[in-house]
Amino acid sequence: MDDPFVIAGKELTSRLVIGTGGAASLEALEQAVIASGADLATVALRRIDPHARGSIVDVLRRTGCSMLPNTAGCFTARDAIRTAKLAREAFETHWIKLEVIGDDRTLLPDAGELLDAAEVLVNDGFVVLAYTNDDPVLARRLEAVGCGAVMPLGSPIGSGMGILNPYNIRMIVEGASVPVILDAGVGTASDAALAMELGCDAVLLASSVTRARAPAVMAEAMRHAVEAGRLARRAGRIPRRLYAEPSTTFEGLPELD
Amino acid sequence: MKIVVNGAERETGDATTIAEIVETERGRSVMSGVAVALNGEVVTRKAWGQTRVANGDRIEILVATQGG
Repeated sequence: MDDPFVIAGKELTSRLVIGTGGAASLEALEQAVIASGADLATVALRRIDPHARGSIVDVLRRTGCSMLPNTAGCFTARDAIRTAKLAREAFETHWIKLEVIGDDRTLLPDAGELLDAAEVLVNDGFVVLAYTNDDPVLARRLEAVGCGAVMPLGSPIGSGMGILNPYNIRMIVEGASVPVILDAGVGTASDAALAMELGCDAVLLASSVTRARAPAVMAEAMRHAVEAGRLARRAGRIPRRLYAEPSTTFEGLPELD
Repeated sequence: MKIVVNGAERETGDATTIAEIVETERGRSVMSGVAVALNGEVVTRKAWGQTRVANGDRIEILVATQGG
């Protein structure tokens, strides 16, 4: 079935975007990335560690994944913009997962700073994939300033609570003409499938795979869940009914008494 | 003169370039995907060899790491 997934003119082969945070080792991460089938993976930018063995860059190169740098840890538009520019320099990509956090307990985005940063970065030539609240109005504003994708959270980062407001995710999907990627909150495969059934174009997840007891197995589960959810969305679910609707006809029913 | 590299004070000679500082700091770690900020502003890789640090400069040398 021809069903291309395109962000800012670039076609991706997988609708699962893998976050690389939280893995116990680079080896475990590599196995999980391979099992996920993802061809886009997020990375963060941090101070160099002279004693580091191996590099996430090499892992992603081996697995054929493109890098999507993030601005994790930034609390202001100014910091996020600087981090994005450093990431562009380090990774030779003008794609950025823009995160501007407003609260360190919930890691919820700061809408004002996010929108400001998005506009500046778009005008500077970045393809901005904006990690955002599950707010249809904010999503529309982010699209209006030129974001390449909007990425609403299902629930707070790493919480594993799944999609707390499916209605809002649906409204975001309905209103968007750029890809919508459910980002954050996925706990298990059914959450990823639900995101796709609600009409999201893709799912971005990290902790649910990297912190699972068996990361590579969960990665494979997520891959199937995203594919299944997408197919179900395209197939069209039946309406919910209060009462039963027999699937077997009563016509021709024998009288056996 | 004194500079601050990734939060740690370093003593360095006059006319030291960013390229030399990166080489010293990286140790045995790999070089792919490195970015440098000098007093908060990006120094492009092309400019590392010509950019000389001054007393009191703050340098951040950053690489890719695991992150969501």
